[in-house]
Amino acid sequence: MSVPVRIALLGCGTEYSGVMPEIYEAARQVEAEVFYPDVTLADVRAAGKGFGLDVHSADLRLMIARAEALVAGRTEADAVFVATCFRCAEAAIVRNELRRYIHEQSRLPVVSYSFTERTTAGTLLTRMEALVTIARRRALLARERQEGLTMGLDSGSATTKAIIMKDNEVIGTGWRPTTQVQQSADEVIELALAESGVRRSEIEAVGVTGYGRFLLGNAIGADLIQEELTVNSKGAVFLADRQHGFATVIDIGGMDNKAITVQDGIPGVFTMGGICAGASGRFLEMTSKRLGVDITELGPLAMKGMGGNVSMNSYCIVFGTQSLVNALAAGNSPEDVAAAACHSVAEQVYEQQLQEVDIREPVIMVGGTSLISGLVHAMGELLQTEILVPPHSQFIGAVGSALLASGFVRKG
Amino acid sequence: MAKVYIYPGTSLILSDLVARFGHRPLGSALAVREKVQAPGLDSPPLQITPEDPKKGLRFAAVEVPSGVRGRMSLHGPQIEEAEAGIIIRDADLAFGCMGCARTNELVQFLLHQRGIPLLELDYPRSDEEGIRFVASIREFLEGLPGGAPA
Repeated sequence: MSVPVRIALLGCGTEYSGVMPEIYEAARQVEAEVFYPDVTLADVRAAGKGFGLDVHSADLRLMIARAEALVAGRTEADAVFVATCFRCAEAAIVRNELRRYIHEQSRLPVVSYSFTERTTAGTLLTRMEALVTIARRRALLARERQEGLTMGLDSGSATTKAIIMKDNEVIGTGWRPTTQVQQSADEVIELALAESGVRRSEIEAVGVTGYGRFLLGNAIGADLIQEELTVNSKGAVFLADRQHGFATVIDIGGMDNKAITVQDGIPGVFTMGGICAGASGRFLEMTSKRLGVDITELGPLAMKGMGGNVSMNSYCIVFGTQSLVNALAAGNSPEDVAAAACHSVAEQVYEQQLQEVDIREPVIMVGGTSLISGLVHAMGELLQTEILVPPHSQFIGAVGSALLASGFVRKG
Repeated sequence: MAKVYIYPGTSLILSDLVARFGHRPLGSALAVREKVQAPGLDSPPLQITPEDPKKGLRFAAVEVPSGVRGRMSLHGPQIEEAEAGIIIRDADLAFGCMGCARTNELVQFLLHQRGIPLLELDYPRSDEEGIRFVASIREFLEGLPGGAPA
């Protein structure tokens, strides 16, 4: 058994919200252990002064002292998990600033989360797993070239994707809406094999990511089963040819969104959001259905419209849909409504998630929604930058898996 | 003997003073002790489960952070039970600490709402202030029903 990855917990309210067993369980599932960094009373007293943030809550002061101990190397850890109560403004300020401070002042991977008493280990699992992957698999994540003949699978919440790569090139792809996890995977594998013209037995290594990764990975005996935060980061910088230096990866998914600040292909700061469907690809799917167009036509339609002509706020998918219906009933054109829907989703992601990471150029958009040109345009306008959408961006998780899986190809 | 709620709730000095003058201190130590001694629970370190923030809804609305409501599930019933209270403002961390500023505000507000005898003092910063501090607490506790000289 390998030595557990040690994750330092910087938390306020975790013990009083009943979520500690969930945090411990999520860590246990990825062979990590959570611990509180030791600090002295003098450290806590000095914390406000040194950090420059004079907070009133003593537990937040304790969090700052613990972060300073980690950065100064007085306490050793492999990764950091910052957790504070959802809806606490003072804690939100500390949580964001500490995450930035740790990211800038140390090499420790850090993730933050605002919890309620309903937070479960399942919700935390992907984040914990990403911390462990970054801490434990730095050598694997440093891989820049795909070698041999490998397959990557991405069992997502909305779609399942397969990619076959040979000698650093994509030679086969498969895509299907996710229904039954295994069945959808079998279908996309067949599609990718047919397109590439290779047999399943010739595949030298397989990597799996996405929500169905454990079920699928164990069923097919995958060489690599890895969460989508690190895999997508790797796939994004590989496809965009930005493997060195900083980049920001945005993946607006069917069920959740990911925003990741990447350095040399390895995530530094990342957030996953999934509370409201109004800020996800689901809302755009609903919009295209209501407009009577295929999802592939929504982007070009939005590019012809003026989003500013329609007031739309998709903070909640129910209210967003009401706005959509009202806008059409008021006689607005489908083009303007499509543009407003794209702007609304981009705005929610910008406001809710991108404030939690450091935006570093280039900004790379990936996932199926990156093919919706209106959404990419809206995000570019909000960020005041040109967004990169690499080829095969909708297969990002599968490409990242195939790339990383080549680390398991036996050279003979 | 009166039941005296102490603030900060973790202050051992306050707790000891209240007990010395023949009263029963109500504070975090007591509430947490009951939690950690409850059999059948497995939610370390304080044995607070997701049910406790829901119990805290009696004292704070659902939009109040879960950490505040979880704390209030401990402090709220004690405040309701208290017959008197002592509030030390701006106490040093070593004197006692409740962790969360929002909980602190709510606890003090609820104590005032109760209309029970309250002693409110600033934390002493010198020897002279310290002597006056203890004398004030002594006078307050001796004046409560059932108070006895230490």
